[in-house]
Amino acid sequence: MSEVDIKALVKPGASEVHRDVFLSQSVFEQEMKTVFRRTWVYVGHDSQVPKKGDFTTTTIGTQPVIMVRHSDNTIQVLLNRCPHKGVQLVNDPSGSTGRFFRCPYHAWSFKTDGSPLGIPFKKGYEDTGFDKSCAKKGMCNLKNVKNYRGFVFVRLSEEGESFEEFFSGSLSSIDNMIDRSPEGRLEIVGAPLRYLHHCNWKMLVDNQTDTCHPMIAHESSAGTVKKIWEAAAGEDTSKPMSKPMPKPMVVELVLPFMSSYETFEKMGIRTWDHGHGHTGVSWSIHSEYSDVEGYFISMVEAYGGERAEEIIAETRHNTCYFPNMMVKGAIQTLRLFKPIAADKTIVESWIFKLVGAPDTFLKRTAMYNRIINAPTSIVGHDDLEMYERAQEGLKVDANPWVNMQRHYRADELGGERVHPGTSEVQMRNHYVSWAKYMSAGDEV
Amino acid sequence: MSISEQDVIDFIYAEANLLDEHKFEDWLELFADDGVYWMPLEFGQTEEHLTTSLMYEDKLLLTVRVERLKGERTFSQRPKSRCHHILQRPQILNPQILKKGKEIKTKTAFHYTESRLDEQFFLVGWAEHILRPTGDGLQIVRKQVNLINPESAHRNIQLFV
Repeated sequence: MSEVDIKALVKPGASEVHRDVFLSQSVFEQEMKTVFRRTWVYVGHDSQVPKKGDFTTTTIGTQPVIMVRHSDNTIQVLLNRCPHKGVQLVNDPSGSTGRFFRCPYHAWSFKTDGSPLGIPFKKGYEDTGFDKSCAKKGMCNLKNVKNYRGFVFVRLSEEGESFEEFFSGSLSSIDNMIDRSPEGRLEIVGAPLRYLHHCNWKMLVDNQTDTCHPMIAHESSAGTVKKIWEAAAGEDTSKPMSKPMPKPMVVELVLPFMSSYETFEKMGIRTWDHGHGHTGVSWSIHSEYSDVEGYFISMVEAYGGERAEEIIAETRHNTCYFPNMMVKGAIQTLRLFKPIAADKTIVESWIFKLVGAPDTFLKRTAMYNRIINAPTSIVGHDDLEMYERAQEGLKVDANPWVNMQRHYRADELGGERVHPGTSEVQMRNHYVSWAKYMSAGDEV
Repeated sequence: MSISEQDVIDFIYAEANLLDEHKFEDWLELFADDGVYWMPLEFGQTEEHLTTSLMYEDKLLLTVRVERLKGERTFSQRPKSRCHHILQRPQILNPQILKKGKEIKTKTAFHYTESRLDEQFFLVGWAEHILRPTGDGLQIVRKQVNLINPESAHRNIQLFV
């Protein structure tokens, strides 16, 4: 492996990060061999494969994988290539393979745990040494798979932190999203939005906890909603005392983007080890959605009054799970920043149904997803423009550094910590971990 | 008021022409107050609200889009995008109701091109209109845009198909 000098790319505490982190294809290739192998990467939700033989396809970094429900009902994750010639066994985003995978090229077949089932006209392999080949073993079945309350993660590398050690307290954000269902169960609904960005995947990760951009970059979208709504409502909605017209759901979802710096500052940021963290500790832009009739009662019946209130009051904003996932529990969305190349990323945005909760939640979630995350979203247009201008602007040789010093303190990280809401601490937290996984040990 | 088949066809061609000439405010006026513009995310999708769509916009949201396109601080429109529609002759799906003054359903195949800076992309599919005859002519009650590849990883789609 051509070693990249990580120390030259990330300053102490990640207060500044070199442009090659975003621009260099050799850095990207090293990420694929280190960051995306050594960490627990999300591959899917088990509600996507409800029946035996159901599968979905995705990537871990750039490695194509299949998540499949095996005949013993466990979730298996297999590398998506035939051990014979390398042909992908399936290429639909999802489907059912029945009891086995059958390669469309030469009809080699494999059980849904990847073990070999049959090879046509097999006697041609006698006395060829085939028994000792990789091909004989079947499809590669990944050993380190964790199904955490329906969320399936994989660590490609044999060695590394356990799932619990890697995520520690950050799992509380996934827990909160699940607990919002009176039945404690989520289901993926529909296909994901897929949005092609010509920028580095980490620019999108940085953006998730960047609380100094919404009121600026989204002035064109959220600001226009605010202006038109105020004109339509015939009043100044910045004065909360007079509300003659109920806010449409869409206005309720978009207006908080125009909150002030002071509001975002008070929102707070929490960080955990290994690069995870979230915005919205004490309040978030998701905190003031209208109540949905019948929901609170069903939550009290499920959890008791005190616990139900606690679950509903926890309205975290964006939780970033290192390396490339973001979860919004309060609006039940999950985004994946899938790396394609140093300057190419596909963003997938998924929604969940809170099983047992009124449909209004799903309606709100679906609306949020299309308004904010779609390639047709005006909010998305604002952000993409910034990422791609940065990808171009970083080509300027005179200054190779991306600055992340806002609220920087040398001793700010370690364990679970809370910080001011406009701090760039979660970006730094990401790059401190990124540098660690990029440089630690030998190739795995 | 009697609407002929030719009136309907002319209306749909004129609608696309307003978009191609960037007369977005005039285009917006074609929509009824309860009008909706819908672009599903999945091929053959029938659910409007309880799953993700690419767009499902009432007149408020369409107005926001049109306003935003004009904005001084709309950086993704610096420089501006351009678009172009090639339409097949619209089909009227319920021609028997033309003389009855009821809502008219049409289907129109399109090739749509959008460009900005050095990028240009194509979207292909068909639009289904529901048009309401009024004293002032036709209004769009619903425009449903069906792409042949709604699930693809798209770049920014900033104007209107």
